[in-house]
Amino acid sequence: MSPTASGAGTAFSIAIPVLLLAGILAVLGDQSGLVRIPRITAAAEIGPELVTIASRAYTYRPSGEFLSGRASMDAPLVEVTAPQSLDIMKFEVRAADYARCVADKACERADPRRRGKGDVPVTGVSFDDAAAYASWLSARTGDNWRLPTIAEWTFAAGSKAADVALGLVPDAGDPAARWLASYERESTLGDGALAAPSPLGSFGVNEFGVADLAGPVWEWTASCGGRTTLSPSGDLLSHLDSCGVHYLEGRHRAQMSNFVRDAIGGGCSAGTPPDNLGFRLVRD
Amino acid sequence: MDGNQDINVSRRTLLAGAAFVGVLGGALASLSAHAEESAPAQGPAPDLSTLPREKITLVSPPFVHEHEQIATGGPKIKEVTLTIQEKQLVLDDYGTTIQAMTYEGTNPGPMFVVHEGDYVELTLINPATNSMQHNIDFHASTGALGGGALTLINPGEQVKLRFKATRAGVFVYHCAPGGAMIPWHVVSGMNGAMLVLPRGGLTDAEGNKLTYDRVYYVGEQDFYIPRDQNGDFKVYDAPGDDYDDMVQVMRTLTPTHVVFNGAVGALTGENALKAKVGERVLILHSQANRDTRPHLIGGHGDYVWPNGKFANTPQLNLETWHVAGGSAAAALYTFLQPGLYAYVNHNLIEAVELGATAHFKVEGTWNDDLMNQVQAPTPIS
Repeated sequence: MSPTASGAGTAFSIAIPVLLLAGILAVLGDQSGLVRIPRITAAAEIGPELVTIASRAYTYRPSGEFLSGRASMDAPLVEVTAPQSLDIMKFEVRAADYARCVADKACERADPRRRGKGDVPVTGVSFDDAAAYASWLSARTGDNWRLPTIAEWTFAAGSKAADVALGLVPDAGDPAARWLASYERESTLGDGALAAPSPLGSFGVNEFGVADLAGPVWEWTASCGGRTTLSPSGDLLSHLDSCGVHYLEGRHRAQMSNFVRDAIGGGCSAGTPPDNLGFRLVRD
Repeated sequence: MDGNQDINVSRRTLLAGAAFVGVLGGALASLSAHAEESAPAQGPAPDLSTLPREKITLVSPPFVHEHEQIATGGPKIKEVTLTIQEKQLVLDDYGTTIQAMTYEGTNPGPMFVVHEGDYVELTLINPATNSMQHNIDFHASTGALGGGALTLINPGEQVKLRFKATRAGVFVYHCAPGGAMIPWHVVSGMNGAMLVLPRGGLTDAEGNKLTYDRVYYVGEQDFYIPRDQNGDFKVYDAPGDDYDDMVQVMRTLTPTHVVFNGAVGALTGENALKAKVGERVLILHSQANRDTRPHLIGGHGDYVWPNGKFANTPQLNLETWHVAGGSAAAALYTFLQPGLYAYVNHNLIEAVELGATAHFKVEGTWNDDLMNQVQAPTPIS
């Protein structure tokens, strides 16, 4: 590496962590930054039940893969001391509501491979589907609806958020340990039951009143895949987003291509796939 | 098929195997009907009274009961009991079910091990709670349709069959109750495999002994589950109710499920297979109905008997091996690297979309000489 490039790299490594963190916080800060548009009449008939999460300090692990030098590592813990309050849907978007978006030709048909009975959340939806629904709902209500980021989801999920850390010391000389630990954990997370979607509210509420977290429906987030490389001392060496995939949250964190409606395991994709793909939205 | 109208008369008519076979009037059926008269007139009856007897206690796949790799002493009579169970099995995470037919309640049926020259004395039990005739055809045996003609029993009956294990290898066994019943019983789960080891154990081309630290039995099964008008898999209440619909799917030759050990995910997650670096693992792989091609992702077959017969010298260092439908293969591999391995049917559509995947969790120390990530993923410079 030439001295010039090396110098640039050093500057990069100092500047980016601040930007990265600022970016993450900006997403959170955005929530109350928009001017509210008055709701139109139609809102009442489709306005979903909301829970407002009051500001509190919390921690989360950002999305994407993290490397310490050459070794895989747990995503670092980010502390958020004073987030804005957050308006989030109490329930996952219901199948009946999603069907109205389909009827309006603004959403593509959901394609659930496991069908639940009753007033169930919509499943068999991709990230793209969720985004289309958010646009449709925003147009119908005059509010700005969108998917939560991983940070927001963790903020709202509280005690129901799964810690994605494996707690292993990064070791490039032993990549297998991480694969086995991750496999082991995902294997034991499931309850082994056949997990079709259940009616809204079946899995109770968390301490903030948000329902059905960590049930059989994983929820799309606005957070992209990507990779962040840190130096052994924790400086940012590189970061690259990969927004063809987005993360889902649920019993465990998973990433999925934006167009996938149904996760599937098998082959060399070792690990446990989400049972069903759904979503809930936040309102700015 | 002109038998269809008869089949549709009632499920009971269908299940009364002899009557049904009579309708078809095939060669198998007539052999089956006359087997009792013709079979015993074989060479001199051996005096087996002096041979030691040994009762085999079966375990469920993917495990294999404890056994000697190298036989001590002369031939024995190995006693095995297989109880037929008609039962509903769940095939996947979506809760798809089949009214399965099984030996001992599992798909595949249990693996049992004898040595070349041993006599297998099988007791086959068809409990009265079952609704159909069943039998067993051992590919390892000689004569009487693999014993099928001597073992056809009704619910409430049992039968005892002795056959000599004359050829060393891993062999399929399956139900073959005649005519259209044969493929239907087999793809409803009624098959397994047995292992006939050479008395001196496995050897390489030079005759050097090949032993194993672990043995796993992977039974691959193609299922043909009918769908309703919505495209959802149909659920049937009783054995036999699915027959008409399933035959239609079977004739497409396009399985809805291709799985290892009876269900999607039966050998993954908490049920993943285990091994340690340095262990020699023998993988026995049967497919009673359809060709397949096992592959260990990230590993190899050090010594492979693709056709599963040990009088042939093993093939070396295979990446993928072929298992002809209606046979079983044996592959010996020493794990050299820790981590997670997927063992798949390397038609990857069948592996991933239809279910034919197992996982090995292998513990040990990483070998940097064999593999090393020289540069971690990094933005393109």
